[in-house]
Amino acid sequence: MKKPKLKALAEGAAVPVVLLVLWQLVCSMGWVNEHVLPSPGAVAVRWWQYLAPLEPYDPKAGSWLAWAVSGELIIDSIGSLYRVLMGFLVGAVLALPLGLLMGAKPAVYRWFDPMIQVLRPIPPIAYIPLSILWFGLGNPPAIFLIAIGAFFPVLVNTIAGVRHVDGIYLRAARNLGASQSTIFRRVILPAATPYILSGVRIGIGTAFIVVIVAEMIAVSNGLGFRILEAREYFWSDKIIAGMLTIGLWGLAIDVGVSRLNNYLLRWHRGLEH
Amino acid sequence: MNALIEVNGVNKVFPVPGGQVVALQDINLTINQGEFVCLLGPSGCGKSTLLNAVAGFALPSSGAITVGGKAINAPGPDRGMVFQEYALFPWMTVAQNIAFGLEIKGAPRAQIDATVEKLLSMLGMTEFRGRFPKDLSGGMRQRVAIARVLALDSPVLLMDEPFGALDALTRRSLQDELLRIWQELGKTVIFVTHSIEESIYLADRIVVLTYRPGTVKRDIHVDMPRPRDSGSAAFNELKRELGRLVMEEQQRHEAAERAGLTTD
Repeated sequence: MKKPKLKALAEGAAVPVVLLVLWQLVCSMGWVNEHVLPSPGAVAVRWWQYLAPLEPYDPKAGSWLAWAVSGELIIDSIGSLYRVLMGFLVGAVLALPLGLLMGAKPAVYRWFDPMIQVLRPIPPIAYIPLSILWFGLGNPPAIFLIAIGAFFPVLVNTIAGVRHVDGIYLRAARNLGASQSTIFRRVILPAATPYILSGVRIGIGTAFIVVIVAEMIAVSNGLGFRILEAREYFWSDKIIAGMLTIGLWGLAIDVGVSRLNNYLLRWHRGLEH
Repeated sequence: MNALIEVNGVNKVFPVPGGQVVALQDINLTINQGEFVCLLGPSGCGKSTLLNAVAGFALPSSGAITVGGKAINAPGPDRGMVFQEYALFPWMTVAQNIAFGLEIKGAPRAQIDATVEKLLSMLGMTEFRGRFPKDLSGGMRQRVAIARVLALDSPVLLMDEPFGALDALTRRSLQDELLRIWQELGKTVIFVTHSIEESIYLADRIVVLTYRPGTVKRDIHVDMPRPRDSGSAAFNELKRELGRLVMEEQQRHEAAERAGLTTD
């Protein structure tokens, strides 16, 4: 078990390491302006400064733990993740019941589907002007934009999940004497979960993309805000450090959601990762 | 012997583009309490249609079906169905699948647990209790499906080619198990198959259906002691006769298919 894992790690690390070495070389040779492309070393130093607390530790001011997480990067990350979570929850909580209803009731589907088909292709970013008009600045417009980004993937997948439930399960449940509501709760809902969860995964991914954009316009902290702020000061090393932080958080969220999916769908056939 | 299932003048017509298919025509059958009946015929002879009508999934276009004197108008737990595709709920464990019918009925937890345990040991599956269906072989899945309908203690078992997807050895051991359960619990069984051997091995009575329109071609009582020996002379004589009857219908089926190819 251990060896193939190490080997996979080595294979995965090879290309980034080569790129890093090339990047450092280009910078060390002075072939590029350091404001345009800072060296990997400079980025690493800046990243550490971004992460580290701004003030030296002072026992009178509070606990050590509070001090340790008082760095800008951590505050920004908490801000961004909070918005992702709230926006996603708002979007999903609206999308899930509507999707279940549209999937289960053809009449409801016919009422809502045309409208949804028109609204769905509008990227959340196009709502930015409206979101500011409606919600002003701060968290509300950001959460609104993220909710829109999360709403449609969850909705569309929920509808598909309910509509794709294999008829044989419905027949078996009816044969066992199940009522419509029992069939809905205990057959349709679990049968649709693989679809719903893949909608959740896409929805969270979208939420994470939208949060960065939303922070560039409406709020004064968060990872998206920070890289835009760094641009104002020409801190390209901080821009790159912020971008890499965004990448790592995105990866962590996706791995987490995928782990959760695997646990919830442990009964599901053909789920290998 | 008292009659349990009565099929009276049943017709079933399906609309198809540009016409209709008469799947069943004037079917009359009386099935006694405790009888094991096989419906035999090539595909398209309406044997599954008849079973679905008794199950209440697709009611006849005309005619009536009663079970225990009660007219059938919907599916119900008094007629447990075992499907060829198992139809186990993949998100439920073996034990949860078996318990589901009793939970729907609102049985007390203690009774549900006791019934599940009894059925698990009856079918030799105690150690599979917590497994999900995806981790079971076809034979084990079909055992769970049988246990699921036995849990409701329905007097009638409807089986739609339940062993059709299994390999020969698994099939034989499930056939033996089914016979044992049937004898022990005194169920009335309607068993759809296109396997002549299977029908002779299992049934008290074999009803051969014709290809479209589906009618009763022959209704044969099998008077051989169980366990039946597929090498015996009586077995093979019946097999030859049934083979002839079924092949006539199979040829009509194929001829119709060819004709369909040229006219469509």
